[in-house]
Amino acid sequence: MVPLLLTLKVACWATLFATAFGVLVAYAIARLRFPGRELLDAIMTLPMVMPPTVLGYYLLVLVGRRGPIGHWLETHFGISLVFTWQGAVIAAAVVAFPLVYKGARAAFEGVEHHYEQAARVLGKSEWGVFVRVTLPLAWRGILAGAMLAFARAMGEFGATLMVAGSLPGKTQTLSIAVYEAVQAGKDDVANFLVIVTSVVCITILVASGRMLQPRFAA
Amino acid sequence: MRIEVQIQKMLRSSGREFHLDVEFTCLDDVSVVFGASGSGKSATLRAIAGLDRPDSGRIVVDGRVLFDSARGIDVPARMRSVGYLFQDYALFPHLTVEDNVAFPVNPWWRRRPAREVAKRIRDLMDIFEIGSVAQSYPWQISGGQRQRVGLARTLIRKPAVLLLDEPFAALDPLLRIRMRQELLNTQWLFKVPMLAITHDPEDVSVLAETVVVLNQGRVEKTVDVKTAPYRDGDGRVNEGSIRELLMGIDKAGPPLLRRKTICAVK
Repeated sequence: MVPLLLTLKVACWATLFATAFGVLVAYAIARLRFPGRELLDAIMTLPMVMPPTVLGYYLLVLVGRRGPIGHWLETHFGISLVFTWQGAVIAAAVVAFPLVYKGARAAFEGVEHHYEQAARVLGKSEWGVFVRVTLPLAWRGILAGAMLAFARAMGEFGATLMVAGSLPGKTQTLSIAVYEAVQAGKDDVANFLVIVTSVVCITILVASGRMLQPRFAA
Repeated sequence: MRIEVQIQKMLRSSGREFHLDVEFTCLDDVSVVFGASGSGKSATLRAIAGLDRPDSGRIVVDGRVLFDSARGIDVPARMRSVGYLFQDYALFPHLTVEDNVAFPVNPWWRRRPAREVAKRIRDLMDIFEIGSVAQSYPWQISGGQRQRVGLARTLIRKPAVLLLDEPFAALDPLLRIRMRQELLNTQWLFKVPMLAITHDPEDVSVLAETVVVLNQGRVEKTVDVKTAPYRDGDGRVNEGSIRELLMGIDKAGPPLLRRKTICAVK
């Protein structure tokens, strides 16, 4: 059970970060026109197509002891992310990010402009328009994306292994535990972990599919 | 009440350029801008509301300068205190009728109306006879009710002027006749000046005191239709002369192809 609880903890935090950033970036890309917009979109989608080990390597270069972010964190706060569960959170968040970003972007682009314009003419500030109109009309798409991101974060293997390693009880998540169990010939452990993972993932997919069904029937 | 509009804007859509250059002044309670689709009436209305920014010109409503390119004034839409009824009313689909009406007076952190404004909202809903559907969602109510919700929502902030974008186009013909009368009653009740755009001559004869005829981005004429020959001595509308006034613009449009011509081409 330890790997399952650890995985849930890592996936929850990763989803939280990925969703916060994903919504922010998706809103900017969907609503603003600025140079480099398409390049930014490509970079934000990159983790979806790149091998997780390559992503893990990039992360190591950035947050490792000698990396710019890792070095800064260590000298100022004495924090090292490599081989910690927080490191696993960062790896999972990066890998899961495109799913929530893509979902949120499609959701924002699906909100018809004239609702936002109506809110403006009715005296709302841009923040008020976002909180009271855009977000409520887009939240189901965002939630569906966040759920997919959660499922992806739960199954993360490559990048997590690169950044956080496989320390039992500390950074050994479900998918890594499955790998180790099979390698060690512990079939009963592997079977149990595989079934748990499958059930959780199917539940999430069914739920996120429901989220995307149209709500306002005419 | 005085609305002065004098704006220029270059509009581009799918490779075609359209030059909007309109100038008119309305002094009456109900003014109607009449024109075919593509005559620039929507662009004009959106500019007054602050939804689109003209390239140059000046917009003054009731002595307040909303836009003046020469002086660098461009009041944001939310501070113009202008009501705008969208063609399909743009009621928020995620809010009930009551929450839609309360929307403009709610601060951003509230979805439900505060107790201080609840009575005002209830009274306004009663005036528009939508109290019975207060807890329904926009897609659950009829077209006429939807329009009333849209009107109640814009009037709760007591706008300086109410702009109406093709207010009856989304309604079926029978309902249209009734809602025109309702709109006049609303005008009388709330004393809010109105500026409507339409392509329906019937709207002009029932509603207008001043009519601005737009054609291909320009004002063809601005006519006061409160007096003869557009009204009889007892104030009844003389529909014939109104139609004559409006139909003049068709002469500038493309000529209709007759069957004979088509045969000749063959």
